[in-house]
Amino acid sequence: MFKHYSKLWWGLLALLLLTPLGLIATGTAFGEWGIEELIEEVGMLPTGLAALADTWKYAILADYTIPGLQGTLGSVVGYIVSGFVGMALVVATIMLFSRMIED
Amino acid sequence: MHIPDGYMSPLTALPIAAVMVPIIGVAVKKVQTTMKKKQVPLLAVGAAFSFIIMMLNLPIPGGSSAHAVGAVLIAILLGPWAATVAVAVALTIQALIFGDGGIITLGANCFNIAFLMSFSGYYAYRLFKAKAEISSLRGLVAAACGGYIGINLAALSTALMFGMQYHLFQAPDGTPLYFMYPLKFAVTVMMGEHLLFAGPVESVFTVLGVLFVAQTYPELIGTDRNNRENKKGVMASV
Repeated sequence: MFKHYSKLWWGLLALLLLTPLGLIATGTAFGEWGIEELIEEVGMLPTGLAALADTWKYAILADYTIPGLQGTLGSVVGYIVSGFVGMALVVATIMLFSRMIED
Repeated sequence: MHIPDGYMSPLTALPIAAVMVPIIGVAVKKVQTTMKKKQVPLLAVGAAFSFIIMMLNLPIPGGSSAHAVGAVLIAILLGPWAATVAVAVALTIQALIFGDGGIITLGANCFNIAFLMSFSGYYAYRLFKAKAEISSLRGLVAAACGGYIGINLAALSTALMFGMQYHLFQAPDGTPLYFMYPLKFAVTVMMGEHLLFAGPVESVFTVLGVLFVAQTYPELIGTDRNNRENKKGVMASV
């Protein structure tokens, strides 16, 4: 899997280490506010939205953070670990899928 | 651009998901029949690249943020069907593990960010590139245009999807049930952010990605000419 195109994988790892730069953007994207942000910043919480917002409760690394890790260093570490876990799961999914490819 | 749960009525989100199911089915079929086993690592790199690049949030004046997606780069290198699969996998992991984008809205997000962006960006790129080589100046400009157009159409479709909720679903007292701003406002803000900020960033990543692959694995890039020459070679040897 990693033997071929190793330079692309190294490039990806470099990008992974750069991801904490994304933490500089502290603002939430338009239309992606959580319940608390809706109340505090948008100033309203539509009832239908509130009822559905927590449909999925199993996001174990919610918002790319590790529960319990706080502060700047904590969020940087949480972000990089999240990125690595995410990459690993994405690659594993594609590998599973590739078993269906015959050659 | 990841619509969370609650921002769309299931009455609109689920039909879009139902449309997305056969699209993913076709995409998987296309990838299975056209991709060689040794190309699978490229699909994995592409999907992982899309996941990582979506974490690079970009601050937007006014306190918001946006990010590039990488879908058009994958489409240029591996084709729009493969890009659809790759980005859909990234979006699914984001929703399940990181709570980024909803579950009810996963189909809508895959439609906008994986399917619409990959195809519109890819065909815009093909149109601008015409017969030029990928790594020629014209090819790179075409890649930039493809990335720009792809992410902006995805943003427009996203804004239409949540913006129309305000008009379609209101409580008896007139308050919105789901997304809380009118369509016009949603489109104005989303397009402002993506035309001015995320779009140019997507263009830069798309061009840098093409250049990086051209440097490291030129055989993946020069497909037009190589294929033609290979075919000629085969013909000659026959």
